[in-house]
Amino acid sequence: MPLSFEVNGKQVTVEVEPRMTLVDCLRHKLRLTGTHVGCEHGVCGACTILLDGEAVRACLILAVQAEGCKIVTIEGLSNDEALTPLQASFRRHHAVQCGFCTPGMITTAHALLSEEPDCDADRVREVLSGNICRCTGYISIVEAVLDARSAYRPPESQP
Amino acid sequence: MRNSFVGSPVERREDLRFVRGRGQYVDDLNPDGLLHAVILRSSFAHGRIRSIDASATVKLAGVHAVITARDMPGGPPRIPMRLQPLPEFMPFEQGVIADTKVRYVGEPIAVVVATSVAVGEDALDHIVVDIEPLPAVSDCETSAAGDRLLFEQQGANCAMTFTAECGDADAAFKAAAYVRREKFRTGRHFGLTLEPRGVMAEWDAATGRLTVSGAAKVPFFNRRVLAEQMGLPEDSIAMIENDVGGGFGARGEFYPEDFLIPFAARYTGRPVKWIEDRRENLMAMNHARQAQVEVEIACAHDGTILALRGHAHVDMGAYMRTNGAVAARNIAQFMAGPYRIPNIRVKSSLWMTNKTPVGTYRGPGRFETDFFRERLLDMVAKDLRLDRVELRRRNLIPASHMPYPLPAIAPFPASDEIDSGDYRATLDRCLEEFGWADKAKLAGKLIDGRFHGLAVGCFIEGGAAGPKETARLEINPDGSVAVFIGSSAVGQGVETVFAQIAADALEIPMDRISGVHHGSTAYVSDGYGAYHSRSVVMGGSALLDATKNLHNLIRTAAAKRFGCLPSEIKISEDGIVGPHGSSARFADFAGLTAEGAFLNKKHTYTFGAHAAHVTVDARIGRIEIIDYLAVTDCGRIINPMTVRGQVIGSLVQGLGGALLEDLKYDKDGQLLTGSLADYLLPSASDFPNLRAVVTEMFPSPINPLGAKGAGEGGIISAGGVVANAVANALGAFGVEPRELPLTPQRVWEMVEAGRLAT
Ligand code: FES
Ligand code: FES
Repeated sequence: MPLSFEVNGKQVTVEVEPRMTLVDCLRHKLRLTGTHVGCEHGVCGACTILLDGEAVRACLILAVQAEGCKIVTIEGLSNDEALTPLQASFRRHHAVQCGFCTPGMITTAHALLSEEPDCDADRVREVLSGNICRCTGYISIVEAVLDARSAYRPPESQP
Repeated sequence: MRNSFVGSPVERREDLRFVRGRGQYVDDLNPDGLLHAVILRSSFAHGRIRSIDASATVKLAGVHAVITARDMPGGPPRIPMRLQPLPEFMPFEQGVIADTKVRYVGEPIAVVVATSVAVGEDALDHIVVDIEPLPAVSDCETSAAGDRLLFEQQGANCAMTFTAECGDADAAFKAAAYVRREKFRTGRHFGLTLEPRGVMAEWDAATGRLTVSGAAKVPFFNRRVLAEQMGLPEDSIAMIENDVGGGFGARGEFYPEDFLIPFAARYTGRPVKWIEDRRENLMAMNHARQAQVEVEIACAHDGTILALRGHAHVDMGAYMRTNGAVAARNIAQFMAGPYRIPNIRVKSSLWMTNKTPVGTYRGPGRFETDFFRERLLDMVAKDLRLDRVELRRRNLIPASHMPYPLPAIAPFPASDEIDSGDYRATLDRCLEEFGWADKAKLAGKLIDGRFHGLAVGCFIEGGAAGPKETARLEINPDGSVAVFIGSSAVGQGVETVFAQIAADALEIPMDRISGVHHGSTAYVSDGYGAYHSRSVVMGGSALLDATKNLHNLIRTAAAKRFGCLPSEIKISEDGIVGPHGSSARFADFAGLTAEGAFLNKKHTYTFGAHAAHVTVDARIGRIEIIDYLAVTDCGRIINPMTVRGQVIGSLVQGLGGALLEDLKYDKDGQLLTGSLADYLLPSASDFPNLRAVVTEMFPSPINPLGAKGAGEGGIISAGGVVANAVANALGAFGVEPRELPLTPQRVWEMVEAGRLAT
């Protein structure tokens, strides 16, 4: 069946089977392969995307449920010129090893910092506890997210 | 220019694509005409296959082929062992697909090739498999009883017993003043990677060439195996290493799918991709760790260890896989760890069971033995009323005894020695940095409803396995240099680390290293890959050799051009200079390429000490890590940032194995933990208080870099140290953990048993 939604600022229409998950649609129909699949049952968070501004697991949503929604994936949170402050912070803190969890981590962290730019380490850990990283042990990821907070604060509140 | 990229925390090159979601993993590949494979796996742990009927399945719309053992002329090929390939193991090797029997839940029975994964999964339901169930062997005890045989013609379920020996253990025990005997067990867990495995194969019938994507870890070895199995010349197969979402020893070994998918591609004449789902992953990827041991230690009254004797039993699962013997072998050889024990005899028996076969997982055999040995040491200290730290310090191998020989192991003997280190100094560093003297006062104290416990433990980590690694350098048209290497990437940052080493060796800025190309079989003449913490040491040393060879080639070419002797040529960052003002640029020698190699029979040994402070809520069995410090001396450090990342990352995996991760089976050999909701992995909120200190006091004397393998140190001590800290906390209840993981239930049960006893 035909399906239309907005992805990374572009309106798209695709033909999907009703049983297709949103993550499969993004990855295999729209070739947005930055969103990863680590479990297909909602535990690992590798498939995290923004759906109407909220971080959600794209493996737990059917593509057809996204009709008319606004979706942002890691591709939409990136640009060619430079790393975003959050991405640069991940790199600086060595919060990336194999990179497989990274898009989901960055997307989840982006959603958190957009809402709560003053969150503390416990809050970061709580929110990221839904995203599994098998490589880093998380310490560096939490540091990276905390260090990127200032970029999410409104300019007037910055020193 | 004297560079010093080596030793600097250089930010990683690969991150530029990973943080943007531009990594390319095997499931991201999508060539034209792609078909998808799904695999029918056995739901029985043990049974005889009576028949497989796929006649209805092949007729389904969208199904291109159903492949079973019958489609393989001469029967399904076996997967040979890569390490310790002893003839005794051959009858236990796994065929690529079940033929007459199934021996574990998850064993491949048929492959469906279809237009999509969904169509293929639907089709699986139409295959009619008739299996006569046989009683399952679900643990070592049942295996040893011998009345249920996995391989009837072998007459027994024991594949092998390794023995490690030095001195005369029996005589030492007879004469010893103090002896303690204990039994311990480690749970079954594994090197789960966040990216499940995957293979994509493309067959070009016109040229007879096969391209296999998704290769990792040991692509050159796997190519040899595949060529033999498919009846193809080796050089007609290209193995491509894409970005790899974690290795940990488990990914990249030759698995059944590494034959089945290329076979399916040739069978259908179309590109075929298979991506493991998580449920499959938990039952198909190599398991690890499950072992039980009966071990005895003999000491003098002052705590000097005189002898160690024991017998371990390792739950191997259903087949001997490529590196299946490594952990069992290491359990025998490394039981003594970093301690000087003059008399040792440790046996390790490999028992076949109806479970997923085992392979290596980071720190194979070492995580297990460190739990056994360090637990035993704390028990000895208690018995002899000695300080736990003092007991260890007294028995660590003294620096003056380096290099120190390891016990001899048989069969498949390999003489080995520990290369360098001052273990006492590193232990002291750990205690000081941890604040041991102060914290030790909390031992056993009950504060706010929680008991506090402390522990310290010491380990060695082998690395840098030979025999060889190859590297090649090539000058690009713009004068930059490309690096090609036989080492593989599994997420550890080799593109950055090799660029650092190459830039320093060539004495050029890092941005003139155009790229580091690794792992795929097309890049160098021969390669050995990424296992046993070897990539950097072996590949890096080969890179130094390639640099020397490239410089020689440049000198010869430049001498010819300038009409002078090669010895008159000077090479620097700015270019190539000859006598009388003659000069040239690197770009003038574009296309020059030189290979280099490093051969090595010895291993490097990284050493370290860990200290932990835990609390235990005795009412609910909950353990919290208040502080954990890992100190590692790993020889010359190439990139302190990535080494620290390796230590913390592997430490958290070790804590997972110590506290959470457990692959459970029932008596019928059914896997009970088939999802990430059942198999618990560490999450971001579990272990916030971890510290790592990495030092480089003792460069390895056996390679030109002076580096040592450093990928496993964090994991090795975790089980023993945490268990000792829990014992220390719950001393009031007489709790002595003898089994991992320390789940809340297990801890609570020990506390309750202690309450009853007192
Ligand atoms: S793939 Fe969606 S949560 Fe794991
Ligand atoms: S970096 Fe590998 S899973 Fe997080």
